Amino acid sequence: MSARRTMHLDDANAVLDRHRNLFNGTPLQRAAAFVAPLGIAGFAIFAVWWLAIPFSQIGPGLASLAKFIALMFPPSTGGHLHLLLKAMGETLAIAFLGTLIATVVAFPISFLAARNTSPHAGVRFAIRRGLDTIRGVDALIWALVFVGVVGLGPFAGILAIAVSDTGALGKLFSEAIESTEERARESVLANGGTGLLAVRFGLLPQVLPIIAGQILYYFESNVRSATIIGIVGAGGIGLQLSEQIRTYDFDQVAFAVIMILITVAIIDWISSKLRFAIIGRRAVV
Amino acid sequence: MTSSILSVPQARLEVLLADYRREVGRRRRQSLLVLAILAILMVIAGRFGEVDLNNLVDNISNFTSYFGRILPKLSIANFGADVADWYWNVAGWLKLLLDTILIAYLGTLIGAGAAFMMAFFAAADLAPSKALRWSIKRIFEFCRTVPDLVFALMFVSAFGLGPLAGILAIAIHTFGTLGKLFTEAVENIDMKPVEGVRSTGSRFVEMVRFGALPQVMSSFASYTLLRFEINVRSGSVVGMVGAGGIGQDLFVAIRKFYYSDVSAILLMIIVCVAVIDLVTERIRHRLSGQDKHG
Repeated sequence: MSARRTMHLDDANAVLDRHRNLFNGTPLQRAAAFVAPLGIAGFAIFAVWWLAIPFSQIGPGLASLAKFIALMFPPSTGGHLHLLLKAMGETLAIAFLGTLIATVVAFPISFLAARNTSPHAGVRFAIRRGLDTIRGVDALIWALVFVGVVGLGPFAGILAIAVSDTGALGKLFSEAIESTEERARESVLANGGTGLLAVRFGLLPQVLPIIAGQILYYFESNVRSATIIGIVGAGGIGLQLSEQIRTYDFDQVAFAVIMILITVAIIDWISSKLRFAIIGRRAVV
Repeated sequence: MTSSILSVPQARLEVLLADYRREVGRRRRQSLLVLAILAILMVIAGRFGEVDLNNLVDNISNFTSYFGRILPKLSIANFGADVADWYWNVAGWLKLLLDTILIAYLGTLIGAGAAFMMAFFAAADLAPSKALRWSIKRIFEFCRTVPDLVFALMFVSAFGLGPLAGILAIAIHTFGTLGKLFTEAVENIDMKPVEGVRSTGSRFVEMVRFGALPQVMSSFASYTLLRFEINVRSGSVVGMVGAGGIGQDLFVAIRKFYYSDVSAILLMIIVCVAVIDLVTERIRHRLSGQDKHG
């Protein structure tokens, strides 16, 4: 062991002194570290009290849950495999078309909502708030509304996903546009290009890969949400699933769930392959 | 070509131009291919999705008029009374909204707590056992792929109507999503502190506590806050199947065409989500700021 290292090890106090600031938080930080967990726990206790959680139900509930799970095996199609397959196809169609429509609508809007391409701060503010409002309403509620507009069936689901995703994608796209490098656009402008050309050649190449990744990510998540909107009659496998749970046909529930799991796994696999092909190994948020 | 600043010989230029055209042509063909695939998928999906544009065009007036109908009738002359009329059940709805927030809170807390304990066993860089890691990852996947409403429906059957079913459904879904995010956060840490702790002969728990946890704590908190906001939104939906919260009233209002109630409840949910969004975003910015310093 070198002399230098020995000295350091012997002199633990010197080392401690050098890094004293790592150990001594301000009183405020210390108080926060103490109070924050207490506050979280306190609020949880208040929540349990306020909601009047019936603890006595947990035992029997778990027992009946175990019974349900026992009923799930072996999974069975209940004799209507083609119905389930069709419903799964519907689910995929809802997710695909919903995402597609949302993309087509959200893309132009996002330019109006991005700081660096918006024509006016007022326009930007109004569009941002509009997108927030759309996003604040769950897809299932949109589905309920659209069932009233176009009737029962997958079309209502497509429109519901399209609307609720327009809000989310519009926000994400505009953030992607805002985070672009200005220099590419400026150089197009400096070469005498119009604003439109600057966007086409200076901005689009930067955002397209990011946007493509986000679209794929949303498609994945929409496959998941399209499996439930059937509960309100907006098409897809959710209708069968909710009916089977209500009628306690748990073997069929298990089958439908397995179908969903496999489908989602395949879609995830395909889309992650595509995503890596487009943007490389980068996280998409 | 005296005015040209290019000093590339003509022959070389032609080669370069040909290269350029070939490259552009290749990309054009690629884009066309993608568009063609998209078009085919669209037609197939349109078939499956029973897309009926005529239906949409015929009924789109329903959609716009729907928003006309759910708008409250407010007049300036009688504003106070009109608002009071619109929010005739404000006390009851506020209580239900608080229920929803608390359901989301408890669900997030339980789900995040469970995910926190499992994430270190599922991360590739820390996991003590490969088999354990694989099975935890599959459990996460299962919990986030099965829709929370399906869990809610089952729990309503098992535990009875009420918030307990909603809390558990949200907790399970949160467990699945946060488990995945937490695991990824742990997989992205700098391994040097972990190795430092390991070299002192520590056990797994100490390795996690002193090597990994300080690196991931702020991103864990940030993900959890983001999930909380999402859960408030889905908490407003699980009520539709009887799992507590404001969703039940909203569902009834939409189904029974109590138009002004729909807008009143929706407005409350939107404002609530927006406020939570703002607050959590503040905290998250703080947390990520801390991350950069330390």
